Amino acid sequence: MAKLKLALYWAASCGGCEIAVLDIGEKILQVAENVDIVFWPCAMDFKYKDVEAMADQSIDLTLFNGAIRTSENEHIAKLLRQKSKIMVAYGSCACEGCIPALANQSCRQEIFDYAYNETPTTVNPERVRPQTSVKVKEGELTLPAFYDTVKNLEQVVKVDYFVPGCPPVEEQTWAVLETVLKGALPPAGAVVGAGTTALCEECPRERKEKKVKKFYRPWEIVPDPEQCLLDQGIICCGVVTRAGCGAQCPSANMPCRGCYGPPEGVIDQGAKLIAVLGSIIDSNDSEEIEKACRSVVDPLGTAYRFGLANSILRRSKLR
Amino acid sequence: MRKVTIDPITRLEGHGKIEVFLDDKGEVENVYFQVPELRGFERFCLGRPVEELARITTRICGVCPEAHHMASSKAADAVYNVEPPPTGKKIRELFYNTFMVTDHTTHFYILGGPDFVVGPDASPAERNILGVIGKVGAEVGLKVIGMRSHCHEVLKMMSGRSIHPVFSIPGGVSKGVTEEERKRIEEVAREAVEFGKFTLQVFDDIVLKNSHYVDLITSDAYAHKTYSMGLVDENNCTNFYDGKIRVVDPEGNEFAKFEAKDYRDHLEEHVEPYTYLKFPYLKNVGWKGLVDGMDSGVYKATPLSRCNAADKMATPVAQEAYERMYETLGGKPVHATLATHWARIVEICYAAERMLELVTDPDITKGTSDATKGLEKAMAKAYRTIPTEIPSEGVGVVEAPRGTLYHHYKTDSDGMVTDVNLIVGTTNNNAAIAMSLKKAAQGVIKGNGEITEGALNLVEMAFRAYDPCLACATHSLPGRMPLEVVVYDCDKKEINRKRRY
Repeated sequence: MAKLKLALYWAASCGGCEIAVLDIGEKILQVAENVDIVFWPCAMDFKYKDVEAMADQSIDLTLFNGAIRTSENEHIAKLLRQKSKIMVAYGSCACEGCIPALANQSCRQEIFDYAYNETPTTVNPERVRPQTSVKVKEGELTLPAFYDTVKNLEQVVKVDYFVPGCPPVEEQTWAVLETVLKGALPPAGAVVGAGTTALCEECPRERKEKKVKKFYRPWEIVPDPEQCLLDQGIICCGVVTRAGCGAQCPSANMPCRGCYGPPEGVIDQGAKLIAVLGSIIDSNDSEEIEKACRSVVDPLGTAYRFGLANSILRRSKLR
Repeated sequence: MRKVTIDPITRLEGHGKIEVFLDDKGEVENVYFQVPELRGFERFCLGRPVEELARITTRICGVCPEAHHMASSKAADAVYNVEPPPTGKKIRELFYNTFMVTDHTTHFYILGGPDFVVGPDASPAERNILGVIGKVGAEVGLKVIGMRSHCHEVLKMMSGRSIHPVFSIPGGVSKGVTEEERKRIEEVAREAVEFGKFTLQVFDDIVLKNSHYVDLITSDAYAHKTYSMGLVDENNCTNFYDGKIRVVDPEGNEFAKFEAKDYRDHLEEHVEPYTYLKFPYLKNVGWKGLVDGMDSGVYKATPLSRCNAADKMATPVAQEAYERMYETLGGKPVHATLATHWARIVEICYAAERMLELVTDPDITKGTSDATKGLEKAMAKAYRTIPTEIPSEGVGVVEAPRGTLYHHYKTDSDGMVTDVNLIVGTTNNNAAIAMSLKKAAQGVIKGNGEITEGALNLVEMAFRAYDPCLACATHSLPGRMPLEVVVYDCDKKEINRKRRY
């Protein structure tokens, strides 16, 4: 049997997904037996032009991590789509924009102005900005264009499957490869390597009735180690987040922030979280309710921490 | 004028680029080091609750999220003017030193080591971790893999996750260390101390006993006389987690020693239009461009710079190795870029010894060992202090593996972020990396556009010594640094292409 031809690519990402792939440990030997890696910039020696030279659909499977932040990210996404039979959005950035997509609250100019002028150590009286093309005395230098908006992979190419998580946990990565190797492909568009229900289903904490007068920030109280964090008033996104990670953050006494994206049937994770928080406020008194609402200090950064690019909102209005 | 594009990978393709311009004689006229990426964290951290930045800024880098997690939570401590209790601090420092052991190990054996262990002139096919194993034996390979995986086991046990930790919060940590966990961590710490000694021996046998390598390390092509920066404790010993930032001048004399909160009195950043990455420099010397020497504000923040900036190491094995390094290389300070690898091993020893000190400290299990059912909440004050003051502004600094890491936040009275400034490990060295590349390229690219296999690796070695983690995102993983050099004539016609993987 011919080996599976695999490509891996990172666009705008932190490198954590690459580490997650490597962390499959001794299984990497099984991968080596069954898989030919044809493109993996972070690890191997192929260039863009090698991919350009490949026949269309000659790559069996591409695991694409990272969001679309620059013109180069988009170019490679399109190139790999053209050359690949199966295109997988691997990890939160590719699936839904992840934390880099919080930048969609501002635009390129605001981001540049902040980084290249307003930060207190920057000395830049001429207001120099990085340019896509710049003449230096010896010749010309180029940079990819920085977009106003971070997109997820699906917003630039057709995606066949989604593997959520920031990063996906190791066991799940292997499960995905195994699925493809065995040829037991799920229906197009499916989320693979994760559960279908909310994270609460795999969280070891005990849930009781949720009745909250005030929401607490994680530093404000010491939570009971065995009770549901949301029951205790700490905003935990597990209730609107897909299972699959094993509830790692709640196990360390910290609330979930939603990196596995919404569970099956939930279209907008952030909107759902706001609805949940509203429904558990235990009061009929308008002042008390107002106070409880104000204790949700960063609705956007909490509810859309990982999913802004793929939400109904997508970004703030461009001025 | 000709242009040579050194596209240092595959691995950095899309995340790093080197352009070399040659003059009419084929000599290197200038070198540009470009980072073609920005993600804008400073801007989008605005408006967030300050305690969440420790869970957001980890996404700057999935290779060293531990460093951002620590610097961020220290900045948040400062914002709330809260001091973690001794156990909380010790838990963080134990976690952080565990991370330093694994990160430096990865670099020495998998990324940088192959140049020496297998040899700079070896076939590229062998110059990787598999080649290292071939040279030193499978047993060593297993030791390295084991050390890394045991450290990661500890990191996950302590912080909740093996990538992107979550446990550090303003005032301490969300979770203590139980006696059962402590025992396992102690085993790993003992393994790490032995591993450090073993690595010194590997370096001794393979590098120091080979005079060719020693000559290479000390050759002028790999030297820059810059300022050196590093965090030191009250005895001027290197510390990764806490202390004052000390800067020594190119002669090794103390130039500055300051607290994290005063970093703005000492550092500034320069902007160039051809790269997204800024160039930090010493404010009180000034930006003079990409040049070294006493009058240029360029500094380095690397394992070697930390050794230069300290008077000594705080633990015995590391101290012995530190003394030996300076004796061999002709005294302090050392400016040989390639000696950074040696300094990294000195630091593995220190991190491992510090791990062992901390994990055998009776304080480390406070709040868990004596906690009885139902009293956990009360006992948590052993490792976390709940902030009570009105938040305002704070700076948190740690030594990331690749350089001093600064997180600076301002908030409103509710602890919502209004200003953020980040100077990350590799960014400190942006100017130095560019200078090292130019010097190495000048040394090896001569006339006619002819570029030999060995020459490529010699340029590459100058780059790799920094263990560069561009935009903190382009860190290289399994140990190969493929390189492609394309030489164009004045009409941009390709006249030579060399690939080496």
